[in-house]
Amino acid sequence: MSSLSSQDAANARRQMRRRRLQAFLFVVPLLLFILFAFVAPITTMLFRSVYNPTVAELVPETLTMLEDWDGETLPDPAVVTRMAIDMKRMAGNRTSGRFADEINRALPGMSSVIKSTARGLRRADDAELAANGAEMLLAENDRWAKPATWRAIRSAGQVYTSSYYLTAVDLEYDAEGEIIMRDTQIYKQLYTKTLKMALIITGLTMLLGYPLAFYMSQASPATANFLMVFVLLPFWTSLLVRTTAWIALLQAGGVVNSTLIWAGLINEPIELLYNEFSTILAMTHILLPFMVLPLYAVMRGIDSSFMRAAISMGSNPIGAWYKIYLPMSLPGLSAGALLVFIISVGYYITPALVGGTDGQMISNIIAFHMQVSNNWELAAALGSLLLILILVLYWLFDRFVGTDNLKLG
Amino acid sequence: MKKHLTYLATTALLASPVLAQDLTVTSFGGAYGAAQMEHMIEPYMKESGTNVLFEDYGGGVAEMKAQVEAGNILWDVVDIEVIDLERACAEGYLEVIDQSVLPEGDDGTAAADDFIEDALANECGVGNIVWSVVFAVNTENGEGPQTIEDFFDTEKFPGKRGLRKRPQVNMEWALLADGVAPEEVYEVLATPEGQAQAFAKLDTIKDEITWYDSWSQAPVLLNDGGATMVQSANGRIFAAIKDDGAPFEIVWDSHIYDLDVWAIMKGTEKKEEAMEFIKFATGTVPLSGMQDVAYGPTRASAQALLPEDVKQDLPTAHLDEGVKADGIFWADYGETLGEKFNEWLLQ
Amino acid sequence: MSPLPDYYTIWHKAGHYGLRIMAALVLIFLMLPILVIMPLSFNAEPFFTFTQGMLSLDPDAYSTRWYQEIVDDQKWRIAIRNSFLVGIAAASIATVLGTLAAVGLASPWMPFKRVITALLLSPMIVPLIIIAAGMFFFYTQFNLVGTFTGLIIAHAALGVPFVIITVTATLSGFDRSLFVAGLSLGASPIKVFWDVVIPLIRPGVISGGLFAFVTSFDEVVLVLFLAGPEQRTIPRQMFSGLREQINPTILAVATLLVVLSATMLFVLEALRRRSARLRGKE
Repeated sequence: MSSLSSQDAANARRQMRRRRLQAFLFVVPLLLFILFAFVAPITTMLFRSVYNPTVAELVPETLTMLEDWDGETLPDPAVVTRMAIDMKRMAGNRTSGRFADEINRALPGMSSVIKSTARGLRRADDAELAANGAEMLLAENDRWAKPATWRAIRSAGQVYTSSYYLTAVDLEYDAEGEIIMRDTQIYKQLYTKTLKMALIITGLTMLLGYPLAFYMSQASPATANFLMVFVLLPFWTSLLVRTTAWIALLQAGGVVNSTLIWAGLINEPIELLYNEFSTILAMTHILLPFMVLPLYAVMRGIDSSFMRAAISMGSNPIGAWYKIYLPMSLPGLSAGALLVFIISVGYYITPALVGGTDGQMISNIIAFHMQVSNNWELAAALGSLLLILILVLYWLFDRFVGTDNLKLG
Repeated sequence: MKKHLTYLATTALLASPVLAQDLTVTSFGGAYGAAQMEHMIEPYMKESGTNVLFEDYGGGVAEMKAQVEAGNILWDVVDIEVIDLERACAEGYLEVIDQSVLPEGDDGTAAADDFIEDALANECGVGNIVWSVVFAVNTENGEGPQTIEDFFDTEKFPGKRGLRKRPQVNMEWALLADGVAPEEVYEVLATPEGQAQAFAKLDTIKDEITWYDSWSQAPVLLNDGGATMVQSANGRIFAAIKDDGAPFEIVWDSHIYDLDVWAIMKGTEKKEEAMEFIKFATGTVPLSGMQDVAYGPTRASAQALLPEDVKQDLPTAHLDEGVKADGIFWADYGETLGEKFNEWLLQ
Repeated sequence: MSPLPDYYTIWHKAGHYGLRIMAALVLIFLMLPILVIMPLSFNAEPFFTFTQGMLSLDPDAYSTRWYQEIVDDQKWRIAIRNSFLVGIAAASIATVLGTLAAVGLASPWMPFKRVITALLLSPMIVPLIIIAAGMFFFYTQFNLVGTFTGLIIAHAALGVPFVIITVTATLSGFDRSLFVAGLSLGASPIKVFWDVVIPLIRPGVISGGLFAFVTSFDEVVLVLFLAGPEQRTIPRQMFSGLREQINPTILAVATLLVVLSATMLFVLEALRRRSARLRGKE
């Protein structure tokens, strides 16, 4: 039955295209906005983690001259002289500090060498510097005589580098360009710790959230709605308010310690705040609604007469729950668990405020490199690794739960 | 609804008294900030009609560095410790100040003679106060430590030690407690062995340290039992004793004294207003107001205004017990030691 | 719960009451911290703790001085103004763009629906610290760091997913034939959108806008990285207060914020019911 002419088919296709375009046009403004406001910044961060032109911009000529150097002996005096002239210029326009920072990351200890050299050469005579620059530089500090120093300058001068990613997984290049373990192992440990804390928090929210959601799903609608307020109010309350509350509760002279002392259980205040314990406790409290809400949504739809039937027929309640109810509530449980896990892996504020030194998570070290050590490239590399982890989890979430099923309140 | 929202947003925008023409002055907050507010900021606002946003920060150069490198200058004037000043100036985060425009003292002495020597030693700053990092104990806990060796002696004096989370002062103290002579501290600290020695000494109390980020937390820690002895700027403890009657005692042994200066952020659009503020704030009368928090003014004419009984609480009365902080050392080693210190913290 | 069935053994009953107790404990855990800060904010002393006087209900131990402090302190006044300014502006942008996009996404002819939805919802999933770092690098190039514009754009991007989710939920109960009918009667798509679609999805739009507003109002990480002193918001002010000097002013602010969230919750619940009623009518 081929009553559809090719004309009709073309028309249908055209109409289809028009409708698709119409739908798409509705999305375009937001898409452009998100591309500018959100996607471009993330891309910039990814780029930043491999791109660092600072040294190449500061001493371009020295770097060009270093290209022919064998890497084993002291570079040609002309190169060293060029470096001395560059040092004076950087001391004059006060960029020697940036240069020092960059070289110091490639070779720890160079910061003080470069800064004192810059101070020494700052008022040197230009003509003398052009003539005797090499000797003057070597006289400032004997580390200028070491090939390792020049190798560090050459490697820091690379505009594109994978060294920040290596640092982010506790590796580095050695003098021969081989990849080796760094002396201090920090970041892998920190990633493991972050994942561990996120797992504990997810586990705790399940443990606390499941019975509550179950009870609410079995209660009458009026009771459930009433109890829902107690879940939603904390959910809607500012994160900082809730963190503040935990500080008030847990500090040395806080409510918990005072109560324990008053009850005679302890004599001296115990340390509850500014550690891993307080971070996990406060985050469990903050993220618990993210577990209860999806669980409750699923449980409300489960017909519990199966359970009652099984129990009435003499099955033990735990067995019945395990065999019948748990599998049916699993979608809610996995949605809640993935949500809580994703959020807690990247958490920053609560660990920053109540974490002390041992409750810090990966986000906090990223913030540290952004704000305190000003090692923005390393922050970007650590952030990119975290982003990959989150995207994998998000993909899992989309696959098993579906972003369409995200419900609020 | 949306029209309504836009309307609300527009009115809020227009009704706001100030957007972008304030002078942002950044300092350390707490009791010190309150004294600066009273004697410098408020009188200046009254006199000049300029609105001042008075911000707090925790010290260090990181925030200035971020602003300058990103090209977003958010602060105009900053109160900076000389321990960080050399570095901030050498790395180009601060404007060079023309010190010849500073006004003479109220008694007519020219600025160059009125200021104490160290106050104008760096071209990026104008001296503000002489202050000191001391440690303090809560006398409610009985006989407390009296020397820096005691501070590191966890057997004789158990309990938490509150320290500011940075290598500065902590490294010096570790070496002093380990028997290094005060005049050799910075020499030793410049060597890898000296640094290892300092970290090894800090290791002995590491489990007993409560770290804090900003000076204003020090008296709070001592008060609420978070620590039995804390490192603090002397003025914070002085203010807690004087104003709140806190049972604290200052220990002057091995204090590290230093100056604070006013400086101007490199690249600020309000360089002239910033200079006007500094000229006002470093005048004789505003400076003498810093006695409220036991900080010594950097002008002789301001020191002359202090009552006799106040002088014994100022760092200047205890210089022979202390060590002068070395800004040049920290300009050279601040970055390197900062990194090592953070790795040590995470270990 | 209905009365316990007769066939329940003692163990069943224990389980039944155990569950009840467990649920009660979890609810207490959820609510207690929020309730504790309220009386503490009326402390006459500058501490975060209950004083003897407060426990013995001595009226002199209570005071409203910390509330007075909020009113008197220039910093808090600026922070409150900034929070509302940024929140309202960001929520407006997110609501307008998000609603349009949600309508497009709800169309059965929408191309690349899955990818685009995932992309538009991603600001909700990517950790704030990563967003903050990226925006700091990128916005710097446009001189947007330390400006209200930059902060508003950033917060609008964060609010977008909430608008999409709530509006999409309302649209899922929306009868598309109404749209088609409007078109077939000769109305322009824009007129149909404005006169037919908007009134029907209004509850979803408003609650999406509220979510976007609260997201901005509560956000502090982006503020830490992107805002200058002139853009300080309430959470930023609380953050530095908690880090530097803890005093009950923060508790007073916290108490006011709890009251605000309770109000919002009430409004949202009313909207939800209205929406359910509207859909019931269709």
